[in-house]
Parts: sequence; structure tokens; C-alpha cells
Amino acid sequence: MLIRCPWCGERDVSEFSYLGDAGKVRPRDPERATREDWLDYVYIRSNPRGPHLEYWHHAVGCRQWIRVRRDTLTHEVLATAPANQPLGEGAAE
Amino acid sequence: MTLVHQTKDKARAMRRYSLWSVIRGGLSQQEHWTPAWRDPQPKESYDVVIVGGGGHGLATAYYLAKNHGITNVAVLEKGYIGSGNAGRNTTIVRSNYLLEGNAHFYEHSLKLWEGLSRDLNYNVMFSQRGVLNLAHSDGQMDQFARRGNAMRLNGIDAELLTRDEVREFEPNLDFSAKARFPIHGGLLQRRAGTARHDAVVWGYARGADQRGVDIIQNCEVTGFRIEQGRVLGVETTRGTISAKKVGLAVAGHTTELARKAGLRLPIESHLLQAMVSEPLKPLVNGVVTFGAGHFYISQSDKGGLVFGGDLDGYNSYAQRGNLPMVEHVLEIGLSMLPNLSRLRLLRHWAGVMDMSMDGSPIIGLSPIKGLYLNCGWCYGGFKATPASGWTFAYTIANDAPHKLNEPLALNRFERGYVIDETGNGPVPNRH
Repeated sequence: MLIRCPWCGERDVSEFSYLGDAGKVRPRDPERATREDWLDYVYIRSNPRGPHLEYWHHAVGCRQWIRVRRDTLTHEVLATAPANQPLGEGAAE
Repeated sequence: MTLVHQTKDKARAMRRYSLWSVIRGGLSQQEHWTPAWRDPQPKESYDVVIVGGGGHGLATAYYLAKNHGITNVAVLEKGYIGSGNAGRNTTIVRSNYLLEGNAHFYEHSLKLWEGLSRDLNYNVMFSQRGVLNLAHSDGQMDQFARRGNAMRLNGIDAELLTRDEVREFEPNLDFSAKARFPIHGGLLQRRAGTARHDAVVWGYARGADQRGVDIIQNCEVTGFRIEQGRVLGVETTRGTISAKKVGLAVAGHTTELARKAGLRLPIESHLLQAMVSEPLKPLVNGVVTFGAGHFYISQSDKGGLVFGGDLDGYNSYAQRGNLPMVEHVLEIGLSMLPNLSRLRLLRHWAGVMDMSMDGSPIIGLSPIKGLYLNCGWCYGGFKATPASGWTFAYTIANDAPHKLNEPLALNRFERGYVIDETGNGPVPNRH
């Protein structure tokens, strides 16, 4: 599996470490978040069979966090972008 | 004896496997063998439908019939039975857990394994050759002493071995002065061991079928019929089947299937690879796990060394892994058993693990009435097969969990009662 790092280009998967689902958003106001909000954020995962949005860390490369859309059935990396940018226009295809 | 009685006896003798049936079959060129289970058409309705014809699904059907007298049951399998993780594991059976919620459940499973071949009248080749966890530091010995004591307090056998005792048990490990991670000792569970994965599936299938359960292969569930929060049946590639109760036992594919019933689960699907070498003369006596990296090895009855290690680490449904993990696993294997270096790999494969958020299984009720969940098996699915079926059958029959699977309820996450054996937190690829 090869992952295109926005800074280093296409690199082997062994250079990266995996954080997981990039679709999760921490409750914005912890004081007001309900038990269901926390349950959803901490434990519930969409875990799709197909395209999945996820965070990877180029741990033995440039050490940058990146956002990746990857197919969990074929392992095809569909798009990547720096972690602080959305996977839209300008994402490395 | 009348002719009718003779015929009945003959039929029973044919169905029951024994030395006598083999000898008697010798008189007729062994042509008396019949298929071990039927291939029925699905009926329009059942009392219970089990989705998933792996070890867990078939065991559930078997115990529903045997323990609870519920025989109007169908097991629906999208491929052929045993074609998923039941055939993709390393066949290890053990109950060496630290935490109560797991310990009693897996110990019950081990006890069922001990009588399983006799119970099923099918040789599942359960071999109690021992599972040995290696320790490579004093700290690790302390940790093993703690786990061993916890096991013994829970009535489970455990022995803390010194380096010399480990050497006696498993002489082919690296005890040289050059070993990168010298062996300090180990924790041994002698009652643990391995079993034959296919035989478990076939034995439960045959036992369930003999009690009237319909095993329906090539029948994929595509949706659910749910009204007012109660399940009424399933849609399948072979038509609609109504059912009063539906149990899911589909391992790594639980998220996708449960989504069709509107459920969202604390599960990620991950790859776990395993490998088998060319056959050798006896080299490894029991099951040995490395303590300075993730590696476990045993030797099959055919002589092949069966081993595995970590998950690949990323979400996947591919049933095939990547080579960096193969290399990683083999590196660890070589540091434990340097004499593997010139061995050739025969096959390697990957299964899709339903990794739960605390590393322990989920088995019990779901928020939908009449729909039951059996998932989140992580690495532990194979050894759990008998207890999984046993407790799941109880849960379905009584619409309430058994004491053994009460701690494994889905709602433990929102209640804060997670069972996190490794203490890694809600990070599925670390369990």
C-alpha cells in the first residue's frame, strides 16, 4: 500500500502510523455535551466497507499529520491532504 | 428384533460416528456414509434466524436446539459455512485473562472445549498442549504473577515458570547469550491448547442439523424487516424470511449488517494476518507467545508452524494484508526462534476482525427488540466459539443475557463499564 504524502509524495505504508477515523469531531462545549455526545465521539465508529476518511502520521518521514480518503475494501488511496485542510480541491489524487 | 427396529438402529448407527460404524462400513466398502448435514430450501418463517454460518452462528443454533429445545431455526450463510474467520485463525484456545468479565466467560468456553468432541460426536482435535507466555524482564514476571494469581483466584489453572522451567517445556527457543530479549520466565496455562478449526464448524453444523436446524448456504442477508422497534424477519438473496428473533454472528461485517437495521456500533474492522510454514518434525511443543513483541506460534498436527502477530493496523475489509506486517511478524519470530530462519512459508492469509473499542466482545441484546448481537471478537473469536454459542443461545431463548455474558453487553460503553484487558483505551488497533 502506497500513501501520497502531500509533502513527500508517494511513500510506503510502513513509513506511516495510523490514528483512525477522521470524521469524528470532539464535542465543542464539553460542559453541555450529553452522555450520547460523548458515547458517539469516544466509541461509535462508522467503519464503512468502502471509502473511509482517516488520519495518518508520516512518522518516519516528514512527521506531518495527513488526512486520507482510502477504500477499506481495495486499499486504494483515493485522496490525501494536510490534516488541517479538507479533502477537496487541490487534494493530491 | 423387528425389521423396523433394525432399520432404525442402522440409521442411528450411521448417523453416529464411532469405531463400530467404521468397522461395519468396512463390510460395504464404506459406502454407507451420508452427508453430515442437509442442504434445505429456506422456509418462509422460523422462530429464530441466525445470520452467519461460522463457528459462532452454528454453535448458537446447536445450543438453541440442545439446551433450549428451540429447533425451528435457520442459519443463513452468504458463502459456505466456515468460510470466514472460522477458517482464518491460528486455532488457539486459552482462558488466561486478567479481568473478571473475560475470565469467567473464556473459562466456561475452555470447559466446553474439554468435552466438545464427545458432546458433538465429532473429533474437534482439541489438544491441551499448553499456552506459554514468555517474560523478558523482571517487570514482566511481576505482571505475569499478578495475572496468574488473578486467574487462580478465578479458578483457572496458571503456573509461573522460571527460565529453567521454560527451557524444559520449550527447549528450542533462543536461550543463548546472544538473545536480544533474554527469557526470564513465563506464565503457563497447561489446559489451554489448540483445536481443529474446520472440525469445530462441521461438528456444530452436523449437531445442529441433526436436531432440526436448517443450514442455508449461499444466502446473503440484505436487509431487515423492522416495525415499531421489533424485528420481524430478514430480506435475503433467496427471498424474505420471517423470524420472531434474529441473531447476528457475522464477525468483521457486523457494522455493515447492523447499519441496515439502523444500529451504530463501537467496532472497527481490522486485518489480522497469519501464516503457516512447510511441515517439520516436532519443534514447538505448545503454543508460545513472545513477550517483547507480538508473536504467537504453535505447530499443527501436520507439522506446519502456525503463527501470527499484530493487526495491520488500519481499517480494512480486504481479507488480505500487506507485506510490511509479514516482515515484522517474521522478524519477531526469528528473535524468539532463530532456527526458523531457513524455513519456507507455505501460505499466509488475513481475516477481518471486528475490533471493539475496549478489546472485549459484545454479546447480548440490541436496542431493537428481537435482534441480538454477537460481535466485537477482536483476536478472541476462535477460542470463544463454544461459550459464544452457549451464552448467545441462552440470550436469544430468554431474551436476557446469561450471567456469563452480562458484563459483555453493548451498553457497557455508555455506562462506563468497559473491559479493557490491555488498558489501551478506546483505540481498536491497539487491542
